[in-house]
Amino acid sequence: MASGGSNGKPPKIAAVGLKARFGSNEVVRGVDMQISERTVTAIIGPSGCGKSTLLRTLNRMHELINGATVDGEVLLDGENVYAHEVDPVLLRRRVGMVFQKPNPFPSMSIRQNVLAGLSLTGRAVRAEADAVVEKALKQAALWEEVKDRLDAPGIGLSGGQQQRLCIARALAVEPEVLLMDEPCSALDPIATARIEDLIHVLKERYTIVIVTHNMQQAARVSEHTAFMLHGDLVEFAATNKLFTQPSDRRTEDYITGKFG
Amino acid sequence: MTGHIDRNYEAQLDELRQRLMRMAAIVESMIGTAIRALVDGNVELAKETIRRDRSVNRLELEADSLCTEILARWQPVASDLRFVTIALKMVTDLERIGDLAVNICERVPDMVERPQPWDFKAIESMADVVRGMIHDAIEAFVTADTDRAQGVIDRDEEVDEIYHTMFRDLVATMKENPGTLVRDGIHVLSVAKWVERMADHSTNLAEQVVFMVKGKDVRHIGKLPDGAR
Amino acid sequence: MSLARQNKRQGERIFWLVSLFAIALPLVILGWLLVDVLSDAVQRLSWQFITSYPSRKPENAGILPALVGSIYLIGLTASIALPIGVGAAIFLEEYGRHSRLAGVIEVNIANLAGVPSIIYGLLGLGVFVRALGMGRSLIAGAATMALLVLPMIIMVTREALRTVPMSLREACYGLGSTRWQSIWQVVLPSAFPGILTGAILAISRAIGETAPLVVVGALTYVTFVPDGIDAPFTVLPIQIFNWVSRPQHGFVVNSAAAITVLVCTMLVLNGIAIYLRNRLQQRKAT
Repeated sequence: MASGGSNGKPPKIAAVGLKARFGSNEVVRGVDMQISERTVTAIIGPSGCGKSTLLRTLNRMHELINGATVDGEVLLDGENVYAHEVDPVLLRRRVGMVFQKPNPFPSMSIRQNVLAGLSLTGRAVRAEADAVVEKALKQAALWEEVKDRLDAPGIGLSGGQQQRLCIARALAVEPEVLLMDEPCSALDPIATARIEDLIHVLKERYTIVIVTHNMQQAARVSEHTAFMLHGDLVEFAATNKLFTQPSDRRTEDYITGKFG
Repeated sequence: MTGHIDRNYEAQLDELRQRLMRMAAIVESMIGTAIRALVDGNVELAKETIRRDRSVNRLELEADSLCTEILARWQPVASDLRFVTIALKMVTDLERIGDLAVNICERVPDMVERPQPWDFKAIESMADVVRGMIHDAIEAFVTADTDRAQGVIDRDEEVDEIYHTMFRDLVATMKENPGTLVRDGIHVLSVAKWVERMADHSTNLAEQVVFMVKGKDVRHIGKLPDGAR
Repeated sequence: MSLARQNKRQGERIFWLVSLFAIALPLVILGWLLVDVLSDAVQRLSWQFITSYPSRKPENAGILPALVGSIYLIGLTASIALPIGVGAAIFLEEYGRHSRLAGVIEVNIANLAGVPSIIYGLLGLGVFVRALGMGRSLIAGAATMALLVLPMIIMVTREALRTVPMSLREACYGLGSTRWQSIWQVVLPSAFPGILTGAILAISRAIGETAPLVVVGALTYVTFVPDGIDAPFTVLPIQIFNWVSRPQHGFVVNSAAAITVLVCTMLVLNGIAIYLRNRLQQRKAT
């Protein structure tokens, strides 16, 4: 049983005996993990280890793929999100996601993109729309760069800006947890550094889980790191400890570059 | 044990290891020749030993530079990180041991002209122990053998014992025969002190090996403020 | 190794020439046909031609009923075929992607697109004109044509929906939208240029169809403009067909003129399709 936070409070989001399959192929094999509120947890591991799949089970995006199934439980504030009566759509408004390739909506302006999370789900806010947009863009550290061209198309921005726009879009919905699936892999080093800096600020309000194949990024950005291999959670520890004195031989071999 | 996938990285780490081992070998031999020169009054040997310190210094610079390069280029983690950071410290300790051997050699000309009532046996036995300590510490480093390293740490006491006995005897001798004997007595005491310091540095080496292998810091046990670890 | 050209690359040149010939030949023939038609038509093209009714005398005959009939027919066809076609494509692409039913439908749609149009005419005659009692009216013709262009609209719309990257849909779900919300607000607007192109191509095909409309009962000699969807009607291609079979030379000229109007209309429609598609795609591809 791997615990990410031992400050006595119940975890914000936890996986209990979590398994995920594509058809008959088990990709996540019984994972137990507890993530504390307002922390940054990184999930690392070689390609195909199941880290992205694990992330997607947390907001029930995995099951959208044809033939994909999930067993076990995911507890958000103690409540199982896979319970029969739970509406996954409502879940995804509390647990937001940022994807690997920036995907702003091409037919929308910057402003519309930020508000998309609300307008898409039938919660258009006319009165405070401007305030919502400004707040979200400021949280995403993008406000200064786009405040004079909010009506320009969202796809006219650079890659790093687009990704921050997607982050703003996710934040405008005011989720509690933010899942990030390799958010910087399509970005250059400076854009990456900006987003890592952003994560550092965001963690004061949101619980963040980030999947990354860049170990140095995981080391820089997170407080806890989970190492996955072939669908198993091999080790889950404070980042400091995992990167200086890992407990498991496999973790050691992976992070020092002996396989992977 | 599988090596790193990046063979260039593996080669650099290996080169660092080799440098350390070379330094240790030279330093070990320097101790031997320094004591020999002292006992035999061989000024030539002393001068030669002093010259060899240059290689030690050169190796120190090379090892330091290599460590910095590895840190910058490969951002090592876990055991690799412990290895590199410890290597930086071990290099310092080895270089200090070399300097102490040089100190001994510099005393040789002064000791040659005097009548030699001195029994250097104690110093010789201390030096032997120290050479064994260095040898074992480096062995432990190469084979990641913490038991052997612990053995080195334990032997420090032995050296301290010999030193304290020597100290008492020397003081007694000097009290009985003040005058010229005092000055030479102080030289001999200095040499003994230096050998004892060599043992301390060798203990450091062994402690660092333990940390590198186990990730446990065994340094300064009992000598830190409460709750500091 | 010298960088100078080693051989004369004859093969390349011959291949280039052959491809050039392959495109030039049909263009030349087409061009010649058009020039031939135009040279006959140019004397007859006038406002009077467009606004007159057919008559026994070629110099008085005009294409008004046919033109209006074509326009009404196209409009009705589009309003029937588009919602059904786009809806079917959405079902197949977004909802029923992997179901057995969708697979079966998919295979059959491709086949339907290749069925000769006269078969649709016979179908229309049996189902719309007779069984459903619409008679030989505009609505029956429009329904028949709608069936005809439906497979094409479905296929093109599906293609357009497919070009919308999965990442956009994922972004919607990630924000907590339902499937319908994502389709209506993001996927469809994104696929719009493609759908529009498909629609216009379908329509420009429908404008030129003759056989199925003849079967369904479009008249060949009409002296009035259709006054309702249940009215009898004719269309430009049929009017052309009618004139071409008349002996008087004047009617040959008339048909040339009508053909010119028809071809121009099709060119304009296709041109709009291409223009719109380019404009909308440019906006997206920054």
